[in-house]
Amino acid sequence: MITLQYFARYRETLGTGQEHLDWNDARDTLRAVRDELVARGDAWAVLNESRLMCARNQEMCSLDEPVRDGDEIAFFPPVTGG
Amino acid sequence: MVIRVQTETFDAGAMLNALHAEQLGVGAVVGFVGYVRDFNDGQEVAGMLLEHYPGMTEKALQKIVREANERWPLIKADVLHRVGKLEPGEPIVFVGVSSAHRQAAFEACHFIIDYLKTRAPFWKQEATPDGPRWVDARDADNNAVERWR
Repeated sequence: MITLQYFARYRETLGTGQEHLDWNDARDTLRAVRDELVARGDAWAVLNESRLMCARNQEMCSLDEPVRDGDEIAFFPPVTGG
Repeated sequence: MVIRVQTETFDAGAMLNALHAEQLGVGAVVGFVGYVRDFNDGQEVAGMLLEHYPGMTEKALQKIVREANERWPLIKADVLHRVGKLEPGEPIVFVGVSSAHRQAAFEACHFIIDYLKTRAPFWKQEATPDGPRWVDARDADNNAVERWR
């Protein structure tokens, strides 16, 4: 099981901020997880944005980062603090 | 090192003073305060809502300040960022650093705010006459961070 989190514009577009996903070893990177979410269609296409940012266990990373069971994965638009 | 994320406002003057209180080795204190403007991208802004990623935000800020400490001989470095609802004129963020000499203090403060803008998980939503609008990331912010590499 992995935990997925979405923030800001993505959270609004997707209509959810958090969900849990059953884990299977075939999805071995964040990119694979992202692609599976996008395959849900409609609003999920937002995760295809080129400027998408992501984090694994609360550390920013790239889509090539591996995913392990129990991970907390977050997808979000470019940050705009400060 | 003070890293704080809070909804309440803050007193930037008091935070600056705290950076040199009882620290006789401090020769320079540099502070940056960011405020909510009443205008952005050609539209009036009546207020702002700041969202963040609890847990990751604090870690990301700590990492940025740690890196600043590795690059410059700092005595203290504090970061405070507000979240929630903010009105024009209110302070959003405080970055303050102290050092023996001014160059390290100036550079480290600049580095921390540049990195914060592109690496810390905060998102601004502005209230405009046309309704709420998520603020777009600016290329200028990414360029600003490039020059510290």
